[in-house]
Amino acid sequence: MLASLAFWAFSGVAILSALMVVIARSPVRSVMFLILSFISAAGLFVLLGAEFLAMLLIVVYVGAVAVLFLFVVMMLDVDFAELSAGFAENIPLGALVAVVLAVELLMIGLTWESAPQAAALRAAVTPDGLSNVEALGTLLYDDYIYFFQAAGLVLLVAMIGAIVLTLRHKPHVRRQNVADQVQRRAEDAVELIDIKPGQGIGE
Amino acid sequence: MSHFIEQWGPFWGTMATLGQILAFVVVLLISLAFLLLMDRKVWAAVQMRKGPNVVGAFGLLQSFADFLKFVFKEVVIPAGVDRSLYLIAPLITLILAFVTWVVVPVAPGWVIADLNVGLLYLFAMSSLGVYGIIIGGWASNSKYPFLGALRSAAQMVSYEVSIGFIIVTVLLFAGSMNLTTIVEAQGGWFWNWNFLALHTLANGWPMFIVMIPMTVMFFISALAETNRPPFDLPEAESELVAGYQVEYSSTPYLLFMIGEYLNIVLMCAMITILFFGGWNSPIPDAMIGLADWPVWASSLWNFGWFAGKVVFFFFMFAMVKALVPRYRYDQLMRLGWKIFLPTSLGAVALVGAYIVYGLG
Repeated sequence: MLASLAFWAFSGVAILSALMVVIARSPVRSVMFLILSFISAAGLFVLLGAEFLAMLLIVVYVGAVAVLFLFVVMMLDVDFAELSAGFAENIPLGALVAVVLAVELLMIGLTWESAPQAAALRAAVTPDGLSNVEALGTLLYDDYIYFFQAAGLVLLVAMIGAIVLTLRHKPHVRRQNVADQVQRRAEDAVELIDIKPGQGIGE
Repeated sequence: MSHFIEQWGPFWGTMATLGQILAFVVVLLISLAFLLLMDRKVWAAVQMRKGPNVVGAFGLLQSFADFLKFVFKEVVIPAGVDRSLYLIAPLITLILAFVTWVVVPVAPGWVIADLNVGLLYLFAMSSLGVYGIIIGGWASNSKYPFLGALRSAAQMVSYEVSIGFIIVTVLLFAGSMNLTTIVEAQGGWFWNWNFLALHTLANGWPMFIVMIPMTVMFFISALAETNRPPFDLPEAESELVAGYQVEYSSTPYLLFMIGEYLNIVLMCAMITILFFGGWNSPIPDAMIGLADWPVWASSLWNFGWFAGKVVFFFFMFAMVKALVPRYRYDQLMRLGWKIFLPTSLGAVALVGAYIVYGLG
């Protein structure tokens, strides 16, 4: 009873907040609703018994990706009157895209046949006697270690690519050098001069 | 929680869990009142002042007086703020600070939810803490709060990375993400605690060389993660007035403050659980015959050690606040990304090597 109640609550909130992402007026609120739908999805994962995935969803998507979204959106200065100005002209094109997408989704949904083992697999996500984390770990690091390493390599290449694309050498920028700062002593920087009255430093 | 439902059925089991939650909240809030006082007293003592000493004997009731003052003041909502987000932000901070305590075991069996992925849950919830601050800073629609919020978000996201890797070293030792298992794995003499990990010497690996620096780094990262001095750049008063809290007053401000201090206490509890044996006393249970004690006595004994360690680390937090000058922003980022990240990654590799080859 409790579980089904939680299911309806989580899925209802997930769908409603996903809707609100699209129709919310301010982009910051859109991101907030996106975060809410992430969290509800994590709740659904917990109900499925996939608590590790749920936590990962929160750590990665809510804790890192959505923070970056929020950063970017908060910095933007969006003018909504300007954005929605061309709304009426673009409706036919938008409707066409929506209809095509809906037809495709329907085609997939109606012709989908799941494998005979699928129902049993869905009922017991993890093998007996193994926790979620252990089951995922065995899959990733024992059974599919080479694929895992290859995925890591792809990510590394992407990371290096992103760094190379955004790296700019600015020769005239003065940078903080911590080693220099730590080694600096009072003797190098301050000089005590005894100035006689009426004479000045005399330079 | 689930064992309550199994024992007493769905209704009374849920009621028992609710009671447990209520007990946690009440104990946390009351101890927070005195920890706040302790923070101010320690700070005052270092600066050779008396600190709060008027309300109640030795100022013991100061926090309660402050609480009343906050609650009875008018909630000022400045013009031009995003009202709903402005009021939600302190709530997010407070609620996240409380829900994290669900998985914290304070004595054997004294935990609300004994999750399998407890450590990951802790990490996930503390990574959400940044939202209260960003939203508060943005919704205030004012320069200084926004700058403070941006600083604090960058700072918290940066130090989460090193905290994550340091946590990995601990969970490699315990072989589990369940906090109760992590604490039980450190039982026996105090040198089994993860900050020394001297039991690895039996296998010929001096892992304390890795774990002592990790403990210190976790402490420093915890300071940065909770925006405590010397990393209190988000609320650096000489630059940003009070950072993301500038526009807040009365109860919303109080919620921010309670959330912040709860997070600090949580970090102290995490240091205790991860590195200092949690509820374990420094002498082994077998030596004092703890198994023969009545349950209430042994539970209280263990809880006492846990609470004592948490208070000790809170004292350390207060001393750091009193003693260390504030970091510059670029120094903070350099420390997090260029020093802590590679060091903790190296430590993960070393501990992993010990698990594979040392235990062999």
